[in-house]
Amino acid sequence: MRKIAYREALREALREEMRRDPTVFLLGEDIGKYWGGAFKVTEGLAEEFGEERVRDTPISESAIIGVGVGAAITGMRPVAEIMFGDLTALAMDQIANQAAKIRYMFGGQVKCPLVIRTPFGAGVNIAAHHSQSLEAWFMHVPGLYVAVPSTPYDAKGLLKSAIRGNNPVIFCEHKLLYPVEGEVPEEQYTVPFGVADIKREGEDATIVATLYMVHKALEAAKTLEKEGVSVEVVDPRTLTPLDKQTIINSVKKTGRIVIVSEDCKTAGVSAEIAAIIAEEAIDYLDAPIKRVAEPDTPIPFSPPLEQYVIPDEKAIIKAVKEVV
Amino acid sequence: MLNLAKEKLTEMFRKMLEIRFFEEKVFDLYAQNLVPGTIHLYTGEEAVAVGVCAALEKTDYVTSTHRGHGHCIAKGADLKRTMAEILGKRTGYCKGKGGSMHIADFSIGMLGATAVVGAGMPIAVGAGLSIKLRKTRQVVACFFGEGASNQGTFHEGINMASIWRLPVIFICENNLYAMGTHQSRVMNIENIADRALAYGIPGVIADGNDVLAVYEKALQAVERARKGEGPTLIECKTYRHKGHSRVDPAKYRPKAEVEEWLAKDPIKRFKEKLLQEGVLIQVEVQKIEREVAAEIEEAVKYAMESPYPAPEEALEDVYA
Repeated sequence: MRKIAYREALREALREEMRRDPTVFLLGEDIGKYWGGAFKVTEGLAEEFGEERVRDTPISESAIIGVGVGAAITGMRPVAEIMFGDLTALAMDQIANQAAKIRYMFGGQVKCPLVIRTPFGAGVNIAAHHSQSLEAWFMHVPGLYVAVPSTPYDAKGLLKSAIRGNNPVIFCEHKLLYPVEGEVPEEQYTVPFGVADIKREGEDATIVATLYMVHKALEAAKTLEKEGVSVEVVDPRTLTPLDKQTIINSVKKTGRIVIVSEDCKTAGVSAEIAAIIAEEAIDYLDAPIKRVAEPDTPIPFSPPLEQYVIPDEKAIIKAVKEVV
Repeated sequence: MLNLAKEKLTEMFRKMLEIRFFEEKVFDLYAQNLVPGTIHLYTGEEAVAVGVCAALEKTDYVTSTHRGHGHCIAKGADLKRTMAEILGKRTGYCKGKGGSMHIADFSIGMLGATAVVGAGMPIAVGAGLSIKLRKTRQVVACFFGEGASNQGTFHEGINMASIWRLPVIFICENNLYAMGTHQSRVMNIENIADRALAYGIPGVIADGNDVLAVYEKALQAVERARKGEGPTLIECKTYRHKGHSRVDPAKYRPKAEVEEWLAKDPIKRFKEKLLQEGVLIQVEVQKIEREVAAEIEEAVKYAMESPYPAPEEALEDVYA
């Protein structure tokens, strides 16, 4: 099968959906023909679809999302790009109070098919305002879906599902994943929300990981395999809705669980998944739940500082060894 | 004024009365402890919603605020379902999930009331962009108070509407107070309309207690918007007769100021004008008043007799 990069897979999803459905349009800062998006995801799309449908905006995150909401409730399918995930904070009212609640508080009268694409993640030395992993913020808001694709295949298929769906989606990308290549078929497909993917099968322990951490978990699993430990890697692919069953089934099989997440440990993605396992699958566990996550600090700038806080393969291996 | 058909003028008068009587009834019901939560009454500002909505068509959009009953009624919302929503009933517009601060009727272009001050502005701009992309001739009227003009969304939203020449009319209902805070304490300008200059769009001032003045300005803005010439900011100078919410006695307002504005009651003024100019005669006015009062009674009866939602309905409508 052909291999393409994560950013190309995202671009293909946008292109295919824009060709298929004239109500799909893009808006965001510098996504058009002069720049093509800070991470080049939308490069070339303004040339094909024009500046009306690939719309450069002022630096106004709150209005970017608010405009997306207004367009979504009046028949359009906007895909908004927020240049860095950290900047969703500027649009939080529009995301959490408007997009997420507009259907519910109006008694189901309206749909809000708004996709918000944004890159999270640390590892490129751009410090505290451009490196966070804030997926858990959005998991805490009913009415939002949260997608966390780790591969080009999932990125393309999930983005297409997000655009075709009828709910607001926080589509979390990871800035280290944009150049990462993977197999993506030529023919069209979608990946459904709420269906986890077992990225690697194993017997002795389960690792649940998302986004870039999936790749670190797979590396760790390879290393552990050489030491005789068979690890299963489960990638939820969407955090809301969360495929609890696949996670629990894996725990039933292995009896051991390590949750790896790039966000802060406190009240984060790993905390939620740990709570679900504790509540619904504790009887299957042969060892305590382990979490590998960032310490509760902002992301620092200097390379040794930054590397210290990002969960790495070593930490994952250590955690698995503690439970097997 | 006489250029307008009697039918149109009568309809405007009727709508203003509907809002006034509706709000008075909501206030009564609140006093009887029959309205859960809080209320923000539109009493005194009727000329703004009615003047603007009279310049709109059914397919045009409006966005509204926490003080939104008047916008709904002016846009043509059903009084029964509006009242039922305020009482938290199953038959309300939002099946009891929204309440007084969140009423919407998408079938008449009422895109809903947001209770976050200023949050409706980007949403209205998005509806404007949607109109432009779908190439229809609709317009959006975005209502907000003078307090909201201090929010960042005011700046972001109007700027975007301006650069993209979107068919949005920004209606500032300047009632002088954001809760208890007088305008003079939070901005160094007297006219919100002056802020339009910063966005390169027209900013006009209307006597917000004169329904025909509001209508005239709104009509000009609507025409401009339909021609693709972009947004207008209309500041309507008005006053709320009641406090900010619930039982707020509004002691922060000088008595003389309140009396001055009560004397400028928009309904009283419009009624006098209609009578003076012979558009309506006294018996016609009384007939309309009786009819509207009966309509409101019917809405109350409907709302009171409607069932509450089943508790577990709380779990529905989170996702589509």
